[in-house]
Amino acid sequence: MNLINHLINGIHVGSIYALVALGYNMVYGIVKLINFAHGDIIMAGAYVAFFALDAGMPTVVAVAASVVFCVVLGVVIEKVAYRPLRKSAKISLLITAIGISLLLENTAQKLFSATPRLFPKIIEGGFYVGDRQISMTTIVTIAVSALLMAGLTVFVKTTNAGKAMRAVSEDTEAAQLMGINVDRTISMTFAIGSGLAAIAAVLYCCSYPQVYPTMGALFGIKAFVAAVLGGIGSIPGAVVGGLMIGIAEALTKGYLSSMWADAIVFSFLIITLLLKPSGILGRKVVEKV
Amino acid sequence: MNRKPERSPLVPVPSGFLMREEDVDKTPVLEIRHLGVDFGGLVAVEDFNMALGRTEIAGLIGPNGAGKTTVFNLLTNEIEPTRGIIMIDGYDTRGKKPYEICRMGVARTFQNIRLFKNMTVLENVKIGLHNEMKYSIGEAVFRLPRYFDNEEVSDLRALELLSFFNMQDMAKWKAGSLPYGAQRRLEIVRALATNPSLLLLDEPAAGMNPSETLELMKNIRRIRDEFSIAVLLIEHDMNLVMGVCDGIVVLNYGKIIAKGSPEDIMSDPVVIEAYLGKADQ
Amino acid sequence: MSGNRRAYFKRTLLNTCLCLAFFVTVNYMIGARILNRYYTNILNLVLIYVVAAVSLNLTCGYLGQLPLGHAGFMSLGGYTAAIITTRFSIPDIGPIPGQAVLFFLATVAGGIVAMIAGVLIGLPALRLKGDYLAIITLAFGEIIRVLVQNIKITGGAMGMGGIGKYTNFSWGFFWTVMVVAFTFLLVNSRHGRAIKSVREDEIAAESVGINLTYYKIVAFAGAAFFAGVSGSLFAHHICYLEPGNFGYNMSIEMLVMVVLGGLGSISGSIIAATVLTIVPEVLQTFATWKMIIYSLLLVVVMIFKPSGLMGDFELSAARLVRKIFRRKEDVPQLPENYTEGEETDEQET
Repeated sequence: MNLINHLINGIHVGSIYALVALGYNMVYGIVKLINFAHGDIIMAGAYVAFFALDAGMPTVVAVAASVVFCVVLGVVIEKVAYRPLRKSAKISLLITAIGISLLLENTAQKLFSATPRLFPKIIEGGFYVGDRQISMTTIVTIAVSALLMAGLTVFVKTTNAGKAMRAVSEDTEAAQLMGINVDRTISMTFAIGSGLAAIAAVLYCCSYPQVYPTMGALFGIKAFVAAVLGGIGSIPGAVVGGLMIGIAEALTKGYLSSMWADAIVFSFLIITLLLKPSGILGRKVVEKV
Repeated sequence: MNRKPERSPLVPVPSGFLMREEDVDKTPVLEIRHLGVDFGGLVAVEDFNMALGRTEIAGLIGPNGAGKTTVFNLLTNEIEPTRGIIMIDGYDTRGKKPYEICRMGVARTFQNIRLFKNMTVLENVKIGLHNEMKYSIGEAVFRLPRYFDNEEVSDLRALELLSFFNMQDMAKWKAGSLPYGAQRRLEIVRALATNPSLLLLDEPAAGMNPSETLELMKNIRRIRDEFSIAVLLIEHDMNLVMGVCDGIVVLNYGKIIAKGSPEDIMSDPVVIEAYLGKADQ
Repeated sequence: MSGNRRAYFKRTLLNTCLCLAFFVTVNYMIGARILNRYYTNILNLVLIYVVAAVSLNLTCGYLGQLPLGHAGFMSLGGYTAAIITTRFSIPDIGPIPGQAVLFFLATVAGGIVAMIAGVLIGLPALRLKGDYLAIITLAFGEIIRVLVQNIKITGGAMGMGGIGKYTNFSWGFFWTVMVVAFTFLLVNSRHGRAIKSVREDEIAAESVGINLTYYKIVAFAGAAFFAGVSGSLFAHHICYLEPGNFGYNMSIEMLVMVVLGGLGSISGSIIAATVLTIVPEVLQTFATWKMIIYSLLLVVVMIFKPSGLMGDFELSAARLVRKIFRRKEDVPQLPENYTEGEETDEQET
């Protein structure tokens, strides 16, 4: 395997990281919370898709089911667990998010046991470019991710709902005074983030076909690192961060060893937080005195 | 009725500010020269010059968004100035952290009261006394005599300060449970506990009715007299400002548009225009 | 006014007597085999977790931050102490068994190593707030785990075996008293107030002259020290160590104990640590549901009582005595002949 292959792998994984990082970014931008449960929503989406495919449903239906389930899950979590704590100390909200994450993981463990399930192959084939093989999965992953991210950017810039999201992110009180329904906007943000997570889950399972209860945890954290690296609260930042983390990971696995890959990713996080906490494309948030 | 006292050559006051007779022969407690701060492209404060005598009560007024709280934040180095010099007691504040500025003698209250809500009234005041007490962590953990001495003295001092506003019986109440007016007063007591030479009050009369405001005016004068400190306050309540300030600075769009005694300011057309807009609009 | 000091000594005497009584009673019960090995093991485990939980409360409850790498400090302390006790030995010094001295020194060393790590991690990490601090401490915790996994001296991924079972009730009790005393004494001093003020409102704390960075580091380092101590006790209780012992899950278990007990309540942490250690051990069927119930509890408690079950309420023997004997608490008062404006140098007789 050589450099180009590693890079392609990196972009492949990076696109998935970017999709997930988008979810983190959007939620953090609007409620200033690191949604620890986000990674586990991915896991939930993966399980739903798995069971749907296992039951013989066509791919499109399975993906749709997964998206619907995750959207509902995300919105319910926000309503039940996060909304009551919006006025409380940040630490309480963070603890709740951790609690939800654990709840999802352990419930899944209880229901489905820790044995990994094998995700069926739904994308076949590939291309030959010169003497390199690029699998269809890679192409689909990158294409779908790019499309979704472009779509989201357009949505946020042009539609009223998107503008509402940006407004609430900037200044919740002012947005409320402007007549924006803050609760609904926040719910929608969670919905979109969770929906993206479901699609990311399916794409992830196409390349790493093992479905198990804790699959979301580490992946979620790495996607979060991507979000921070790119700039928390910034949509293009999620893309940049995701790609960087994906490529870095692929290169490390290729040239060093997979054991160090995690450590390298975490070091990225630490360095970013220490040097420029707002990330590459993020803006500095100034606290009003 | 313009009374401009003779400016003593001993006082290096750079920009025509009124000085009380008592302060004329002493270094100004606060001196600000050409202070300015930019946020990205926005100039929030520009060429701010001012000096404050040792026991002077001055007011900083202006329409909303003029930059008054920004000036306070610059004074305590919450924000770093882009230009200019701030001197407390003749010492440059550049590069100092906010807690160091406090030790230099500046104390402040906040527009949206920032009390330690889950701690008791007494504890809030005792935190103000933190730097007056001198025992180390070791002395605390081993309960050496200095711990007890410091704590006893600070208990008394805290109660003494609270009694200034007749709040000494509320000592054990949680700060968050106090009525609004009492919370404002507690914030002032906490600030006074740090033994400042300059007290910055950010909208102390916000939310008060006329009788409470009158009470506050009396208290501000009492504070200046009994503690011998200077007070700089931001206020929108003109009765308070005119009634208690020796000198007033008017700010609009980050620039000083007028400076002088209350009488000067009240009749200054530039000031009136800033607040009420041009006559023909 | 020496009333302050008198009240203090009375309280300390009361608490010391209670502790001694407890210690003597339990030791007797162990010696007379009323508490058999099974219960003693649980008791020791309880004390280990109590030390860890109370130390975490210092950063969570009093400082108001959320460090997610606490297990990493336990790991450092545990491995350091284990390395020392398995490689060195001290001869008996008269009647004092050398092994006890070695264990004590090793535990202290473990605490110090953890504390140094705490300062090194804290200095950069505490510049961040809230969520960012949580994530960066999580990252550091994981990095510690990876490091431990890859160094030969700790046995790498295979772990370390053959550690002496030095942890007994006496040591557990001793270190519990140490951590509780340290935390309590620190919190009820001007330094403790400073730490609490950082939790309440950083900007206001700075405005009254509190050096935020200094106190954040102090709380962090103190917590790390005792986390290291508890790690050492843990290592010498289960007698082998592997890096997986001190992962994210352990950090979360500690967090659950502190949160459920009460953010800012030492007694809350003690009770929570006790209950949450005993219950899973005793109810084995519960064990499979343990994590689900924990996470559910965490969410429910946060929604209904964000400051933890006991909040910052402390159980106090002194207060109980006062209630029983209907005495009033000594509130600091101004002397009766105080007049405004006069010097308050009167000596009360």
